[in-house]
Amino acid sequence: MENGQVQNVLIVGVGGQGVLTASDILASVCLASGYDVKKSEVHGMAKRGGVVYTHVRYGRKVLSPLIEPGASDVLLAFEPAEALRWSKYLKPGGTLITNLGQRVPPASCLDRRPQAAVCYPQEIQRSLRQQRGDVRALDAESLATELGNPKVSNTVLLGVLSNVCEFSAEDWTNAIERSVKPQAREVNRRAFLAGRNLQFPAAEEEPAAAPAQEAAASLAIADIEIRETWCKGCEICVVVCPQNCLKMNDARKAVVADASSCIRCMLCEWLCPDLAVNVH
Amino acid sequence: MAIDNAVATRVLLSGNEAIARGAMESGIRVATGYPGTPSTEILETLAHIDTEGYVAWSPNEKVALDVGVGGALAGSRTLVTMKHVGLNVAADTLMSVAYTGVRAALVIVCADDPGVHSSQNEQDNRIYARFAAIPLLEPSDSQEAKDFVGQACEISERFDTPVILRTTTRLSHSKGMVEMGEVVAAPAKTYQREPSKYVLVPSNARVRHEKVLERLAQLEEFSEQTPLNRWEKGSASVGVITSGVCYQYVKEVLPEASVLKLGFTYPLPMQTVREFAASVERLFVVEELEPVLEDQCKAGGIAVEGKTFFSRLGELTPERVKEGFQKAGVLSAPPPPTEASKLPVSQNLFRPPALCPGCPHTIPYLVLKKMNALVVGDIGCYTLAVYEPLAAIETTLAMGCSIGMAIGLQKGGATSRPVVATIGDSTFFHSGIPPLIDAVYNGARITVLILDNHTTAMTGGQDHAGTGHNLRGEISRTIEIAKVCKALGVEQVQVVDPYDVPAVFRTLKAAVSHDGVSVVITNRPCVVSPAPIRSAPYEVAAPACNACQKCMNLGCPSITWTDEFHEGQHKVTIDPGTCIGCAVCALLCPTEAIVPLPDVSAGRSQ
Repeated sequence: MENGQVQNVLIVGVGGQGVLTASDILASVCLASGYDVKKSEVHGMAKRGGVVYTHVRYGRKVLSPLIEPGASDVLLAFEPAEALRWSKYLKPGGTLITNLGQRVPPASCLDRRPQAAVCYPQEIQRSLRQQRGDVRALDAESLATELGNPKVSNTVLLGVLSNVCEFSAEDWTNAIERSVKPQAREVNRRAFLAGRNLQFPAAEEEPAAAPAQEAAASLAIADIEIRETWCKGCEICVVVCPQNCLKMNDARKAVVADASSCIRCMLCEWLCPDLAVNVH
Repeated sequence: MAIDNAVATRVLLSGNEAIARGAMESGIRVATGYPGTPSTEILETLAHIDTEGYVAWSPNEKVALDVGVGGALAGSRTLVTMKHVGLNVAADTLMSVAYTGVRAALVIVCADDPGVHSSQNEQDNRIYARFAAIPLLEPSDSQEAKDFVGQACEISERFDTPVILRTTTRLSHSKGMVEMGEVVAAPAKTYQREPSKYVLVPSNARVRHEKVLERLAQLEEFSEQTPLNRWEKGSASVGVITSGVCYQYVKEVLPEASVLKLGFTYPLPMQTVREFAASVERLFVVEELEPVLEDQCKAGGIAVEGKTFFSRLGELTPERVKEGFQKAGVLSAPPPPTEASKLPVSQNLFRPPALCPGCPHTIPYLVLKKMNALVVGDIGCYTLAVYEPLAAIETTLAMGCSIGMAIGLQKGGATSRPVVATIGDSTFFHSGIPPLIDAVYNGARITVLILDNHTTAMTGGQDHAGTGHNLRGEISRTIEIAKVCKALGVEQVQVVDPYDVPAVFRTLKAAVSHDGVSVVITNRPCVVSPAPIRSAPYEVAAPACNACQKCMNLGCPSITWTDEFHEGQHKVTIDPGTCIGCAVCALLCPTEAIVPLPDVSAGRSQ
């Protein structure tokens, strides 16, 4: 790094993945090497399974704690969809390090039409490969699991990062040891080396193009038939329906509230003790 | 953390940690507050590093400030911390303590949240300083955050006034290098009886208001002289007036410009501003949120440009400051993107924050949705039940609003649906008790669901009056919510385990059919704090899964779809790495397809 320049590392991922811990380790390595450091992150509501990011900047003198889009020397992503989200921050020719283990949020699994696709960027590996410059993609969880603890995947990623930032391996391992419990030091040391020893570009084959996703079929509205005279008002069908299609009327009989959201799971028909419900 | 006794060493501290260190260095002896992002870590850090003073959570910000005023009158330097919206709660006390003045220093740290990272609005609390006619300090990095606490104490004592130290999310949660100072004992003072000053009956208040204006004039003079305001001479063509973290962005984007860097922003040094304005050709104000500095300059007849180029919305960033100067013609427009610099378009995934795997708040909301209740929400983790698939909450406004709004919704005749206010334990202690009194007193027909997880979860797990521990972790008296409700005259108070799905259903049904105020309390601890709760994870026996989607209705981050279908619907799978084994999904599963993972060490064995 030239004198007066500031090095920018953006670390992104999902709440709970250890993004903030990784950035603390990086910052303490920078500090140990005598640099000025600034680091900026989010806490609070944003952390609960949401998007987490932390900006780390180091150099002789750092002013802004934030990195501008297109100015990050390194983008370290703990999750591939997050790598895509933040890729505009990467400097042309910068280094993208990304974990390939996907975290699919509950909000991606809402479409209940038949054959609906998970709402998650398709062909994500191909998109990542299209990024210009230096892309280092790996399955950190698998490597960590091989080492005996899936939780050290963030240390594997720091090992990959250590080849991009100019600090010595010793500075890194010291910083990592300071941040983990004594009994976890050995596995973290091995995880760091596993990441550090990976070769990029990996001799991977271009995976075959994913089959075109079949469009979700729209669902013909179900005809839910409830025989009023057979229904004794036990409410089982109402409680069991995952789509809230049924309700109790004032006469304590089950009636259809909204047939349009029925996904034909058939639970009401199967579980009705009076055989009063039929889904057509 | 090496910030407790280090002197003259450089340490990497967040703005909040730096404020705590500043409090310690300037001899703060009383520190109170209520947790609120982004202010929470100040008191947590102080309690950790300063083992002698009184450092405590109060049930809400107004009480915290009242305690703080008392501490200052007793002669102890005092720090009170809160988030921006917390100052609304404490505003009643603030407006009057501005009249009475203080004896020892009273520093109010208020943490604004431009960009609404973790709040319900992005109000600009600098306006409070002007409203109350008290001084306002705005640090721009961690070093200043620490140093300004001491400065604020001195200003507070010299001018007999409370002082607002305003930080923002970006400052509070950014770490920077801090040079430590020495820890000095504050000048010893004692309580002094002075009713004409401290009893605001109208005859005294009128006199005190005059004193406030006299003080303001003295503060204006001080503002011209203090080194907290700094004129950095640069190019004569462009001058920038700025404060807080925006100063860093301006220096980064326009390193050549002349800068009037304001650390003491109310009252403004108008004479200095005039001279600065006369020394440059074009004058800009770069500030986040409201045009507070800009309006004061304009009211003083100084031509400045500001909000035309730097938005009132959201947080500023180096990028947005640069764009503003490009729009103003100060910086040349960016070159059109070349083919090589174009990046592939990101396919942005919607990833809202979600309730944690095993969160005890999940089931009550699932049940309320099933009951078609009109759910009035409040402030806390449970606000996340607004997102699909739970999508149960219909309103969330401010701390403690749920119960009062529920009364109004019921009395106003909004609906024939059951009206249920849902509020957390800490929020209930904060501001849920007076509206519950209203409900009982005025005969409302509502249900109040108190989600008691024995912590202040959203802000990271702080203790409160119901947890049995204080901020220092010492044993304290526990105030029992059920007893409070009964004492207030609530006839039907039921306690239920939120993991027991049928019991939650039965209890809530009984509660909403009660003719009057009913209270249901769920009593499971947060799965994250004070200690993570984990038992053996569960897995899905795929052949048995009939893809009914009942478990997916929980919105549990550990459960997701597989590529395998059953009659058009995705089957599900559980991530053993994040599943905490709460077994709620197994309880819901009609085909008993969700079972404990046989051997944890074997991992994904099937």
